[in-house]
Amino acid sequence: MLEIKCPYCGKRSQNEFAYGGDATIKRPKLNTEVSDEEWDTFVYYRKNPRGDHLELWQHISGCRQWFKAKRNTATHEIIETYELSSNKEEHS
Amino acid sequence: MTQNYRLKNIGLIDKNHKISFIFNGKKYFGYKGDTLASALIANGVHLIARSFKYHRPRGIFGAGVDDPSAKVQLIKEGYSEPNVNLTEYELVEGLELKSQNCWPSVKLDIGEINNLLNRFFPAGFYYKTFMWPKSFWYRIYEPFIRKAAGFGVASLDPDPDRYEHQYEHCDVLVVGSGPSGLSSTLAAAKNGARVILAEDKPRFGGSLLTDEVTIGNKKGEEWVDDVIAELKSMPNVITKSRSQVFGYYDHNMLVMFERKRDHLQDPKNFTPREKLWYIRAKEVIISTGSIERPLVFSNNDRPGILLASAAKEYLKVYGVAVGKKPIFFTNNDSAYEAAIEFKKNGIQSTILDTRPSSENQIVGEAQKMGIDILFEHGIANTTGHLKVKSATVGKLNKNKNSFTSLQKIDCDCICVSGNWTPTVHLASQSGNKLKFDSDSDTFLPNQSRQQEVVIGAANGSFTLMESLNDGFEQGFKSSNKITNKNIKTDAPISDEKNLGNHDKFWCMPLPEGKHYKRFVDFQNDVAVSDIELAVREGFRSIEHVKRYTTLGMATDQGKTSNLNGLQLVSNIEKKIVPEVGHTTFRPPYTSVTIGTIIGREVSKYYKATRKSPMHEWHERNNAVFVDAGLWLRPRYYKQGNETLQEAAKREASNVRKNVGICDVTSLGKIDIKGPDSAEFLNRVYTNAWLKLPVGKARYGVMLREDGMVFDDGTTTRINENHFHMTTTTAQAANVLSHLEYYLQIVWPELEVNVFSTTEQWAGAAVAGPNSRKLLSKLFPNEDLSNEGLPFMGYREFKFFDTTARIFRISFSGELAYEVNVMSDFGEFMWDKIIEAGEGLGIQPYGTEALSTLRIEMGHVAGSEIDGRLIASDLGLDGMLSKKKDFIGKRSLNRVAFNDENRERIVGIVPVDKKTSIPEGSYIVENPNAEFPIPKLGHVSASCWSVEHNNPFSLAIIKNGKNRKGEKLFAVSPVKNMSIPVEVVSQHYVDPDGERVRS
Repeated sequence: MLEIKCPYCGKRSQNEFAYGGDATIKRPKLNTEVSDEEWDTFVYYRKNPRGDHLELWQHISGCRQWFKAKRNTATHEIIETYELSSNKEEHS
Repeated sequence: MTQNYRLKNIGLIDKNHKISFIFNGKKYFGYKGDTLASALIANGVHLIARSFKYHRPRGIFGAGVDDPSAKVQLIKEGYSEPNVNLTEYELVEGLELKSQNCWPSVKLDIGEINNLLNRFFPAGFYYKTFMWPKSFWYRIYEPFIRKAAGFGVASLDPDPDRYEHQYEHCDVLVVGSGPSGLSSTLAAAKNGARVILAEDKPRFGGSLLTDEVTIGNKKGEEWVDDVIAELKSMPNVITKSRSQVFGYYDHNMLVMFERKRDHLQDPKNFTPREKLWYIRAKEVIISTGSIERPLVFSNNDRPGILLASAAKEYLKVYGVAVGKKPIFFTNNDSAYEAAIEFKKNGIQSTILDTRPSSENQIVGEAQKMGIDILFEHGIANTTGHLKVKSATVGKLNKNKNSFTSLQKIDCDCICVSGNWTPTVHLASQSGNKLKFDSDSDTFLPNQSRQQEVVIGAANGSFTLMESLNDGFEQGFKSSNKITNKNIKTDAPISDEKNLGNHDKFWCMPLPEGKHYKRFVDFQNDVAVSDIELAVREGFRSIEHVKRYTTLGMATDQGKTSNLNGLQLVSNIEKKIVPEVGHTTFRPPYTSVTIGTIIGREVSKYYKATRKSPMHEWHERNNAVFVDAGLWLRPRYYKQGNETLQEAAKREASNVRKNVGICDVTSLGKIDIKGPDSAEFLNRVYTNAWLKLPVGKARYGVMLREDGMVFDDGTTTRINENHFHMTTTTAQAANVLSHLEYYLQIVWPELEVNVFSTTEQWAGAAVAGPNSRKLLSKLFPNEDLSNEGLPFMGYREFKFFDTTARIFRISFSGELAYEVNVMSDFGEFMWDKIIEAGEGLGIQPYGTEALSTLRIEMGHVAGSEIDGRLIASDLGLDGMLSKKKDFIGKRSLNRVAFNDENRERIVGIVPVDKKTSIPEGSYIVENPNAEFPIPKLGHVSASCWSVEHNNPFSLAIIKNGKNRKGEKLFAVSPVKNMSIPVEVVSQHYVDPDGERVRS
């Protein structure tokens, strides 16, 4: 069981959290033209990297905040976690 | 029976406390502190069980978790448990043991014929033999294998014991309490760290309990007692005996089970049998020691043949001699220690040593004591059917591939020692890639992956001084990373006998012209010849050899056999061991009872139970409950001898005729507040929300981004910036997460807050033509007319000392209201409604009647909104706004979603108007068509229509839109039914929705 540091509450066991997938996926803006390819990529296509992965987690049995975590998918090491509003991202 | 093999003046057990037990119908005695194994050996009993495949007699081979053979069926207070390890279970009064895997008895076992036929049972026997003909598998082969295989018999009764779980955090977890474990615990504790010390056996000390050593000026076991007493006095230390750390998981999470009850003679009522500990440790010190490695020789599996270290432990800890005429068979010095201990207790032995000679101190000492030593000798064969009687020993030739000058030596036990295998399981589970060490001929830990270190014998340090120094050093280092206190404890001076090199020779040749079995894995009956055969047949990977031969796959997980097995493969293939590699070490390290893993989450504690505030009223009124997620909801209120169907019919017709009341507290409720609330709902739901007036409710459907319907419900505008959303019972938690996802991640600019209020409001649906009359009695001063409170209207009324929220919404399709009050007033509200309904024919109705009402009305629910259908499939096309964007809208352009032939919801009625259609039935055009019969769709929900007094079902079928009036068939292969049906409208009652507006 992983130990995840919620940026608001501190370190907690994984069973307090829900996984939310790739954090680099951006939803296309509402009321704009979206091509089939762009929409398919948003809804269905995900990378499956071995190594660092920026992902979303929700502290579902705690403060209920969503946040981002950089996790190594091979070792499960969580390199860092931070608030959604933080700009330290999109390097992975 | 007398304990003929119990010695005086030795042992750590309580010889003043005699305990009786029964083994295979015979009564024996042991002492408090014995394991079942030591008590049996004290009585000269070695024959315990029959082996798995050949039914060969087997005995006790080890003294701890490593033992592969000594498993019995244990009966205690009428409860029977299979595969109990004799070497771990502690003796208490009232136990009965039975041998397993034998019939009619362990001494005379019919299955032993397999042993005579052993050349017909080679490796991969089952794979090769039971392949054909295919039809034989279920009828003949499988039942036969099931009967012949397996060990004990599992009880069919519920487990009477209680198990618990505990979560714990610590700075340093030390696993194993031998010299290195104890010293590291002491050093870490003195440096201020919070330490947990875990020891699998009942007594702390590990090898210090059996080795003749001096630490400081104390004997080994005295030093152990003093250290443990000191640790127990420290508030920052938890010491746990009878506690096995069996799994090392991610982020330094380790799992341990503690035996808390079985060893107690009179346990208190609520003492759990075992406790599972989840330990999150900042640092882990693995000091799990090592397990003695067996030597492999012809007929090496007879009862009475066991590990030399086990013989020493039985002697030193339990005061029991495994035999009175022992042979020690070794390739190293450690067996000499055991032989010397036997000699000190008056038992003369013979030592067979495969080495040509040895100059080591301990060998000299043994010689001086007059112990017979035969160098360069090995065992060629053994005799003795139910217990070993003699060994045929011979001088090994130079290449060690044959024997010369064979002679027979009588004996009553053979103690074998093939050097030591470090217990590296936990390190490997943590991610440590082991390295092969050619000096010790074993795998040792290499680079740690998590916050762990391995010390002592588990790390290949086999001398006491090394282990102690390692322990004090590492205990300080690991603790100082956390405490930074720099309090260092020095290791005491110790004294022991030096051990010399071992002979890397462990598999004896066969005597010339003989084909005896030389066993590697005792529990699964894997012999040298099986491994040779597997390699000959082309299995190369050690993982494949393991699975083909079943080497190391038994309950002991090959603790004594894996290394011998893989060295054998490397010898046959003439490869070095690291090239062959080792099989994966996976948790659990030892068998764990299922009860321990489950803990308290059994029967009604399996999950939390949610009850509405009106639950007790339902109970008092004969409600029969049904699980709805975690909620318990009344399914129907039983009157007299009514069946479920009869009650549902009565309750549903009463709603259509008079008025009914239904507990709807479990519906998900979400409070939505903030200036952008309407805009947010407009994006979440498929229909328009911006212009919903205050005091009005609206039905909404939400989609996932892939276009599938996610959930539905009504949402009410309480005031300009405040909405009350309802969700289905099942999806309440998911909808809340969904909303939070969009508010926090996708549209953080929206000023909206969402909060679950499911448990804050008690809800009752009051439905039926008389519902307005009923509410007028409750609220005589309010205007309940169609103008005052129209369909989909919302009002707040004063209700005694509180406020009631009144929603004019309807799931039943009748004129109906939902009344919500704060949960504390729930039962009060319910009573008042029932009171007001007297004379109006009020009856409570449960979920079964609720389903009947919604099905015949054609309202969709969870059985239709199954995550695989889009809005138009459910007849909800009208809910999709063309003017605005919403979640999932872009997906609706998909070609498949616009297929003319797509599934759509319809109603179906059996042609005979009598036969109920099972839910889940297939809809087909012709049930007699050739297989596979094309499937048009399935029946999602069925009821007995109270309006029409005949069965009615909802179904989702291809091109449902254009099939009205068609005659089709509903087939249920499970119930062997084929029912002619007619397609009708999904709205079987009041298709124009006049009643709800009346």
